[in-house]
Amino acid sequence: MNEGLQLFLESFWPIVWGGITGTIPLALASFAIGLVLALAVALMRLSRNRVVSGIARFYISVIRGTPLLVQLFVIFYGLPAVGLVIDPWPSAIIAFSLNVGGYAAEVIRAAILSVPKGQWEAAYTIGMSPSTTLRRVILPQAARVSVPPLSNTFISLVKDTSLASLILVTELFRVAQQIAAFSQEFMLLYLEAALIYWLFCLALSGGQMRLERRLDRYVAH
Amino acid sequence: MSPTDAPVPPTGGDPLAPREAGASDAAVLLSARGLRKSFGANEVLRGIDFSVRRGEVVTLIGPSGSGKTTVLRSLNGLETPDAGTLEFDGGPAIDFARPASKGDRLAMRDRSAMVFQHHNLFPHMTVLENVVEGPIRVQRVPRAQALAEASALLERVGLAEKHDQYPHQLSGGQQQRVGIVRALALKPDLLLFDEPTSALDPELVGEVLKVITELADEGWTMVVVTHELQFAKQAADEVLFMDGGVIVERGAPEDIFTKPREERTRRFLDRILRPLD
Repeated sequence: MNEGLQLFLESFWPIVWGGITGTIPLALASFAIGLVLALAVALMRLSRNRVVSGIARFYISVIRGTPLLVQLFVIFYGLPAVGLVIDPWPSAIIAFSLNVGGYAAEVIRAAILSVPKGQWEAAYTIGMSPSTTLRRVILPQAARVSVPPLSNTFISLVKDTSLASLILVTELFRVAQQIAAFSQEFMLLYLEAALIYWLFCLALSGGQMRLERRLDRYVAH
Repeated sequence: MSPTDAPVPPTGGDPLAPREAGASDAAVLLSARGLRKSFGANEVLRGIDFSVRRGEVVTLIGPSGSGKTTVLRSLNGLETPDAGTLEFDGGPAIDFARPASKGDRLAMRDRSAMVFQHHNLFPHMTVLENVVEGPIRVQRVPRAQALAEASALLERVGLAEKHDQYPHQLSGGQQQRVGIVRALALKPDLLLFDEPTSALDPELVGEVLKVITELADEGWTMVVVTHELQFAKQAADEVLFMDGGVIVERGAPEDIFTKPREERTRRFLDRILRPLD
């Protein structure tokens, strides 16, 4: 037990470090790119042009209808077959961004639709263009509505980045796997990895609550 | 606030001249001819003709579904009639039989400003931010000037202390007064009011009507859709009674209210003035 405790303590920092240098940047980069993509896809989906909204619909359908692991493998192991070799890190970021883009697009679309039509009309009558209206009036209100569901998406993403260990990205779980293989203490190391993921997600939930409170300041309670 | 700080209502040659009774000699600001509009099979406007002179207050009354709100919304492009023409003095003139150019539609919108039934203030902006949003973002008024004008206007409607509050922190009457100030800050030629007191608690109606009446007295040109007959009587130069997508009767308020010529007008007024009979 003492040995176990010692291994736990000795491996704690390396695994956390794997999270700080692997999991977190991977999640942050993918989420940032994914949100931009999601906003574009949401706006396309809301377009009156049927071709444009059809493309968005198709994209969302493919992303949501196929496993993330398969998407990751297609990009990292599949694309080299057609001459496109992408390194582990960029492969992971591409796959996770595309994934977030598909899921978050529906969240953002719903949030935009939740803003009352009168807001568009008021902005129109004070002379705003549609794009200014979106930026100044609609998206700030949609942001508040979409924080809870987008936080869920982000927390899922943080956990899903563990899949990147399968395409050789050094992140939290891969570090734990390596120590486990070396020490043969699978139960201990995987539970430890689970614990550290949980701690990360607890911190994120705290951040979500603070963000919601900040965005709530103009809402009646 | 000194009176000279406030944006001056645009009434043509002499902006400070008080509104003449009747205002019948003033130039026509807006004329609408033959406006028609259908929503699907439902024909809501069946040929609407009227004009508004500078400095004049025109009220639209009539039962719900009569098309009065659609008329009002057509005047600044929130609805597009299927046929008819709208012509503003100084442009644009739009013939809805043809697709209007984007430039014309935007030019028409910029001639007027709308006060909504449900104020439609931006909930994520403070009172002051709501008011200066149009001047600063759209009209490119220098920030300091826009803020000073907004403050003056807010003070004038008794909301000087509410600058930094969010709309949800205000009463319904205060919200609607901010809505009016937001429209005034754009310095439009024409103010449009869409049932500005219908969504208010009865005890808050007075403070809003008082502001609108004062603006009318100062010479602002306005078209007001309203159920407040007392207000129409007091402030309107002309009352248009609409029913079934047409203007059934029009005239000075004292004529319409005391000796309506049309049976439909009489029945409508009866229902409003004596709802329990």
